[in-house]
Amino acid sequence: MLSDAETDALLLSLSVAFWSLVVTLPLAVALAWVLARREFPGKMLVNSFLTLPLVLPPVVTGFVLLILLGKQGWIGVWLDRWFGIEIAFRWTGAVVAASVMAFPLIVRPIRLSFEAVDPRLEQAAATLGARHWRRFLTVSLPLAQPGIIAGAVLGFAKALGEFGATITLVSNIPGETQTLSLAVYSLLQVPGQENAVLRLTVIAIGISVLAVVIAEILAQRTRRRIRPDQANDA
Amino acid sequence: MLDIAIVKRLGALQLDICFASNLGVTALFGRSGAGKTSTVQIVAGLLRPDYGRIALGDRVLFDSRQKVDLSAPERRVGVVFQEGRLFPHMSVRRNLLYAHAARQNPEFERIVDLLGLGDLIQRKPSTLSGGEQQRVAIGRALLSAPDILLMDEPLASLDAARKAEILPYVERLRDEAGLPILYVSHQIEEVARLADTVVLLSDGKVLATGTVDEVFSRPDLMPMTGRFQAGSVLTAAVTCHDADRKMSRLVFPGGALIVPSIPLPEGRQVRVRIRARDVSLALDRPKDISIRNILAGTVESLTDTEDPFRTVIVKVSDEAGENRIAATVTASAVADLDLIPGKSVFALIKSVAMDRRSMALPPRDDIVA
Repeated sequence: MLSDAETDALLLSLSVAFWSLVVTLPLAVALAWVLARREFPGKMLVNSFLTLPLVLPPVVTGFVLLILLGKQGWIGVWLDRWFGIEIAFRWTGAVVAASVMAFPLIVRPIRLSFEAVDPRLEQAAATLGARHWRRFLTVSLPLAQPGIIAGAVLGFAKALGEFGATITLVSNIPGETQTLSLAVYSLLQVPGQENAVLRLTVIAIGISVLAVVIAEILAQRTRRRIRPDQANDA
Repeated sequence: MLDIAIVKRLGALQLDICFASNLGVTALFGRSGAGKTSTVQIVAGLLRPDYGRIALGDRVLFDSRQKVDLSAPERRVGVVFQEGRLFPHMSVRRNLLYAHAARQNPEFERIVDLLGLGDLIQRKPSTLSGGEQQRVAIGRALLSAPDILLMDEPLASLDAARKAEILPYVERLRDEAGLPILYVSHQIEEVARLADTVVLLSDGKVLATGTVDEVFSRPDLMPMTGRFQAGSVLTAAVTCHDADRKMSRLVFPGGALIVPSIPLPEGRQVRVRIRARDVSLALDRPKDISIRNILAGTVESLTDTEDPFRTVIVKVSDEAGENRIAATVTASAVADLDLIPGKSVFALIKSVAMDRRSMALPPRDDIVA
């Protein structure tokens, strides 16, 4: 049904989206909690910096990443020398590009969710002898779960479809960095490939719909766990 | 057990709190804004005082001079908040077992029993009534094996029926749990019913500390309690029941009272709260009157209550001792009857005014001692 190149692109996209979620979700949860619960100097700055990938043209973000992470880049040189890690023109670079672009989208709903958790419940947990980590793991985190699911789904979808920053940072190499979006773009450059484009488009729509449905089911379950009486209103 | 002496600036309010409380119930009583809840938060470690010292027995929880400031989890202070604050995503059982100490607590069955939680254990907090939630919150705090229990207006968010449902549980707690309880309230009925000691707070300062009878009978403090709340509290003993007429007789130092029958054995102590507005005064002993309780006494003092009322403190005494009864009357009655200190008067109290709610079991003697 799919050609080898198309299968590669599909698997690569899923793998890039998966790994970027693995990398960013813990960071996003930590940052979202800090932004929701702590006041510190420079919070505004962190907030603005966090929004940058949303407002900058993706190509610009990709180019900045290339300057930083390329083989001769400030961080890239260091990564190459000490860890032997190459980012530019490798599939790991696609993960980085997708992560950076998805990160603000993941943080936002999680942060809103943490802000909605009543801090008085955390106080109550403290008076019951629960220290910091236990309060976070048993009270804040489970109560923020709907936001975490929402953030993860948004992030996954964004990472799956990322285009501009990815093509700028890692180019469009079949089998290495050619994700679903890049494959569609390549196919569109060649006359007579409408069927292949259509196949990939249907697959992309299918994955996105599936992700949203799974997220909705998970969110529903969480709501029922928290408010069994009102689960159906929401 | 609890020794507290702290200062804390809270916006316009300067909190300057100093008192000690022992086993049994210490009520922190005062109007809203007096600093009651802040005091609870300071003891619990949720709010840091500017300076001072808090100790629980020989354990120092906070001492600004020695730089001691235990975090809330280290303090072993159980708190029952006004709004319950149950964890919404956990069952009642998981709420109760939240504290690590609760898991090995051999008292689990007994506390669940004491608070009547057996049937609720599998349910989620959102399916419970306000009263049930508050009982679970009390159980959860108790099971954490605290050295003291702080109850911050635990009944304030409940309607009268729910309050009546919970109060007996709190009474049992007081008599059976064997740990000090700091009980915050602005409801004089609750305080009179539950407390051994009252700490009266006003504008962040401690105005008075003493037994319930003492503090609520002090005329100078009556403006604090308001005209409708003002009253006196007597500790009396049940002497006999009249089953036919459904009345009981109570004796206290200074006199006796006839009240609607109460289901207590003879000899048992009860605490009776008489609201000042339910007491009338007469210069002669009235005859042919429906009022059952006519106590002879002398006017001891008068306080200005909110115009046009005056609160008259009447001293009643006999060989067993003396007590004071507050009567709120109008200023014109004071003028017409020429009520001045030293004048002999009769205090008239309708038995009807003393219902079940104005009577309570005082804390058991062995607990107080």
